[in-house]
Amino acid sequence: MRNVISESSEWTFPLLERFDRELARLAHDHYRLDTYANQIEVIASEQMIDAYSSVGLPISYHHWSFGKQFVATEQTYRRGQMGLAYEIVINSDPCIAYLMEENTLPMQALVIAHACYGHNSFFKGNYLFRTWTSADAIVDYLVFARNYIARCEERYGQEEVELLLDSCHALMNHGVDRYKRPAPLSMAEEQRRQREREAYLQLQINDLWRTIPRIDADGNGEQEARWPEEPQENILYFLEKNAPLLEPWQREILRIVRKISQYFYPQRQTQVMNEGWATFWHYTLLNHLYDEGFVSDGFMMEVLQSHTGVVFQPPFDAPYYSGINPYALGFAMMRDIRRICEEPTAEDRAWFPDIAGGDWLAVLDFAMRNFKDESFIAQFLSPRVMRDLRLFAVADDDREETLAVSAIHDEGGYRALRQALADQYNLGSREPNIQVFNVDRWGDRSLTLRHTRYNRRPLAENVDEMLRHVRRLWGFPVRLESVDGEGRVQLVGEQR
Amino acid sequence: MSHFIDRRLNGKNKSAVNRQRFLQRYKSQLKRAVTDAVNRRSITDVANGERVGIPSKDIGEPVFHHGPGGTRETVHPGNKDFLSGDRIQRPPEGGGSGSGQGRAGRGGKGEDDFVFELSRDEFLDLLFEDLALPNLVRNQLIGTNEFKYARAGYATDGAPTNIDVVRSLKGAIARRTALGAPHRGRLREAEAELEALLAAGADETDARVLALREEIDRLKTRLAALPFIDTYDLRYQSFVKRPEPTSKAVMLCIMDVSGSMDQVRKSLAKRFFILLYLFLQRNYDHIDLVFIRHHTIAQEVDEQEFFYSRETGGTVVSSALNLAHEILTERYDSQDWNIYAAQASDGDNWDSDSAICRDILVSRLMPLMRYYAYVEITPRQHQSLWYAYQDVRAAHRNFAMQEIGGGEDIYPVFRELFKRQEV
Repeated sequence: MRNVISESSEWTFPLLERFDRELARLAHDHYRLDTYANQIEVIASEQMIDAYSSVGLPISYHHWSFGKQFVATEQTYRRGQMGLAYEIVINSDPCIAYLMEENTLPMQALVIAHACYGHNSFFKGNYLFRTWTSADAIVDYLVFARNYIARCEERYGQEEVELLLDSCHALMNHGVDRYKRPAPLSMAEEQRRQREREAYLQLQINDLWRTIPRIDADGNGEQEARWPEEPQENILYFLEKNAPLLEPWQREILRIVRKISQYFYPQRQTQVMNEGWATFWHYTLLNHLYDEGFVSDGFMMEVLQSHTGVVFQPPFDAPYYSGINPYALGFAMMRDIRRICEEPTAEDRAWFPDIAGGDWLAVLDFAMRNFKDESFIAQFLSPRVMRDLRLFAVADDDREETLAVSAIHDEGGYRALRQALADQYNLGSREPNIQVFNVDRWGDRSLTLRHTRYNRRPLAENVDEMLRHVRRLWGFPVRLESVDGEGRVQLVGEQR
Repeated sequence: MSHFIDRRLNGKNKSAVNRQRFLQRYKSQLKRAVTDAVNRRSITDVANGERVGIPSKDIGEPVFHHGPGGTRETVHPGNKDFLSGDRIQRPPEGGGSGSGQGRAGRGGKGEDDFVFELSRDEFLDLLFEDLALPNLVRNQLIGTNEFKYARAGYATDGAPTNIDVVRSLKGAIARRTALGAPHRGRLREAEAELEALLAAGADETDARVLALREEIDRLKTRLAALPFIDTYDLRYQSFVKRPEPTSKAVMLCIMDVSGSMDQVRKSLAKRFFILLYLFLQRNYDHIDLVFIRHHTIAQEVDEQEFFYSRETGGTVVSSALNLAHEILTERYDSQDWNIYAAQASDGDNWDSDSAICRDILVSRLMPLMRYYAYVEITPRQHQSLWYAYQDVRAAHRNFAMQEIGGGEDIYPVFRELFKRQEV
């Protein structure tokens, strides 16, 4: 049964459409993937570099840092130190995917399978994306943001806006709500609300700051409970709402940066899963096409060659080792889940009694929908994968002379190893935990941030620089304290 | 259902604005890098684009992150012979199995530069920023052949391509209104009369009714016959040629190629002139360049020969000055031309000649000059020429002299000589 679609490696639009039809048939009907509609755009490599430099967004406001990114990408690409990614895919509805003109037909087919069915179904299904992002509104919102910031630049000067954006970008990772679902975005709605907010703020006199500090006759300031009452983890949000000196347009820009950061938040938490899922599906879908006879041996060889390149995991002692490859880990785990369902061993039955021998499609779908990297690894990393990748954990304690190998891929180590790896993908432990702790409302209006140290890890040496950014937004003195495991508080930095 | 879009023909330079902003922001660092580059480079490739580096720490985008220290546990792949409980020596800073917290650019090598390429234009822009020819006067010249087309309102005739549609139609409306006004007035009256007659019970065959009806028809025909647009209405955008005040300038490049100028000095002089040449080429469209080189006798040469041929012999500087004067009187009238000169020499000269040079300059050349720049390439004691030229400088404010000790001086001296002067 040979009905090969094309022997040539040159792509044409009719061929792409043909492949897309076949892949859609398999993905939707055979494998029950639920996707947004696809919008597939063919672009040239320069345009790909453009897309890179705006962090993969189809449209973005202007800022020098994107220019720097562009220059860097262009440079490494031109010197041949780096290939461009074959695709960029945007979490939007319809789901926008970019294909590069220079790719061969097998590559285009691989990219369509990877991005338009793999990533796409992940964006639509995973709970983090469903909760935190509004795929149907993001492009509109970006248009709004770009226009708004351009208008601010006209009105208040490019430099002013740039300085503000610098400070916002510095705090971008601390502009995320981790527990509350943000309101959905849309351009018209956003514009209306923005005008409303601005009008309201213009009218409002902030009671908080109107009062001249009341000092009692005996010199004691009115002692109040700490404010804010609860520490605030979303520093940008806190500043947007409470920084006394910001103009309405500045608050709006803080908000824009915050919204964009929030949009990327799920992506940062699902790297392994997202890439693993997409890789698993391009592998599965294209192999299926091959089994049905739609593609030739040569075609499949090219696909596999590129596939193996993507999922290659160099060992820790290789000169080009730079941590665990999320594609490799994700792909290995997805495949392993299928294996556990289809051909479980005694070990699998002991470790995964719920899924061993189950319906692999249902199990994978469940896993894709309800986990993020951290919990996915904690739940599904099997001894088999740990052995295959020959994982081992190293404990580094700066109080000791040497490093210790704390667990390896053996009977005694599996659980510890799995826990260590899951923890490694926990954003909460990767990024320092810094919260707004107190505002001295009756004194110098200073803002106190508190860093709760995790495993005694200190902050990097750029604290002063960072505090200057916070100071710029807050408008009054800012200090940063650090709390260690025993609850001792220590002043780390201060900007008066 | 998937939807394919071909975006290849869309703009490619989406990031151009961001790139410009990046360059703008780090201008001072870039300028430093460009200066370094000029000092390092050989003559021939000063004009190419340049790879420049900015220290990474200057352009970092800070975020709160963890520093080294504390305890952490990291998982790595590819275990070969480790067992649980093994102790390993800490790898040297930035080594392979780093902290897992490693950030780009912070491995091993310390401070990497953020290196990238400037285009030739960007490079030269930075190189020649804030430089200008001093004392340049824009003279409006009779018989100049520099013209510029400028809009000059509207005309009633012209080429069909220049028809201004809106203007023409406005004219047509006005004409139709004006020419039709008496008829329309009469028409309204006639219609009112007719209505009054009919209301008063006049018969359709009544002579007055018939007459009125005939008049109304006639008037309507007259109105309908007014042309919608007439050649008379056409208006053309009018352009006139205006003479442009231009600055005609000539630069004399005078270089000593005698035997006493060894290879090193010659190449320094050439680099100076190449900078000058690039600067002029870039900033001024209409500048004549005259290349004069001399040893005991002076010669006018083209730029190729000026920069790349070799000569030896003794030195008589006045020969070059005389030739310069000849050329100026022959070809460049100082009334019409802004005249500049740059001279490079090692300061060697026939002893008796220096005084002659001074006299030529003071009495004959300097009165013609807008600016005269002299650079002496010598690490040694000054000789008679330098002192003779000091007299010139005392006499004329538009005479400048500088000395170049080595390659690293060229660019600063060049900047010093041609920096934009506040009026």
